[in-house]
Amino acid sequence: MPPFRSYEHLLRLAALFAVGAVLFLGLRSVLVPSDYGRLGPYRAGALAANQARPIVYAGQAACVDCHSDVADIRKANAHARISCETCHGPLAGHAMDPAVAAVRPDPRAVCAVCHLPSAAKPRDFKTVNFTEHAGDAACTTCHAAHAPKL
Amino acid sequence: MPFDRRAFLQQTGKLLVLTAPAAAAWDYLIAGEAEKAPGYDAAAHWWAMIIDIERCIGCGRCVQACKAENGVSLEPHYFRTWVERYQIDPDDPEHPQVDSPNGGYDGFPTATKAGVKTFFVPKLCNQCADSPCVQVCPVGATFQTPDGVVLVDKDYCLGCRYCVQACPYGCRYINPETHTADKCTLCYHRITKGLQTACVEVCPTGARYLGDLKNPNDPIHEFLRTHKVQVLKPQMATHPKTFYNGLDGAVR
Repeated sequence: MPPFRSYEHLLRLAALFAVGAVLFLGLRSVLVPSDYGRLGPYRAGALAANQARPIVYAGQAACVDCHSDVADIRKANAHARISCETCHGPLAGHAMDPAVAAVRPDPRAVCAVCHLPSAAKPRDFKTVNFTEHAGDAACTTCHAAHAPKL
Repeated sequence: MPFDRRAFLQQTGKLLVLTAPAAAAWDYLIAGEAEKAPGYDAAAHWWAMIIDIERCIGCGRCVQACKAENGVSLEPHYFRTWVERYQIDPDDPEHPQVDSPNGGYDGFPTATKAGVKTFFVPKLCNQCADSPCVQVCPVGATFQTPDGVVLVDKDYCLGCRYCVQACPYGCRYINPETHTADKCTLCYHRITKGLQTACVEVCPTGARYLGDLKNPNDPIHEFLRTHKVQVLKPQMATHPKTFYNGLDGAVR
């Protein structure tokens, strides 16, 4: 058996393999984001992207910061635990800049959101047939908005 | 700032007593500005949600707040959270009637049929610890954060919809604007700043509660100890972190 001399075949193969490896590593470094895999099999930057959303609801603490007088009125009644923005709607804009006016909620519709009768509501939840109870009158005719118990 | 011996000792003392992120946040914390503190440490939290069905009145405030806070399309069928109403006729308990008009966004019409067992069930992403949606994502665009929230990387998502099919709870949808998968983020932009999620913020009856299972002082531990809670579809072994109190066996 003649000695193996055709080294150029092997060299050609090795060169092809090296080109392939360089191409793979080059493409990979371009295509895979730099922060991929830092925290797990995902882009770590996606956490910051999810956190970056602007806030729409300011949160109860921000409301009470300025409106502590209303918070004091509400302290003693059944609505004490309800957040301001449940009835008043999202007010982060107003909290950032008080010049942005907050819209006053409709004094009947806002009560109806919760207090209309429904069999699916818990037994101890207070409901009322609005028309039988008060005709077309606004709830605030008799009930104070922030201390509704008469 | 001149770095004299006093400053060196203060800095070293802080680092010795506190961890590095806490030391960096210390100046903001003592100034009472926790929200400015850099380096929210995700690994120090493990978020969970409690839904107390016995308190839910089906007002739909959570659905409205979620859509407003997260810019969810107002078109029907795009929901990150929604409220279902179950009506179980004692004559036919095997076939409960479930309705959710516009996800409960505008509340519910009054039930007419008498003698029916009926209650509301708010639904949202269950933030599964072993989430099928994370498992099936072919590109790593959906993942669980170190604080236990399942999020979507919308810049990386292909919109292939595998995750929408994989979720046993129907909590995912394709965002009609970005054409990528979308879901409840547990208001990740809020909870990382020390705020409540929008749905918890506006719930008038306290039917929703956001808890941190890694915080030993969080009332969630007391609640879980003293109530009989259940998760949805436990047989799927997804290990959800949304716990339901007063869950009826008919709920799917």
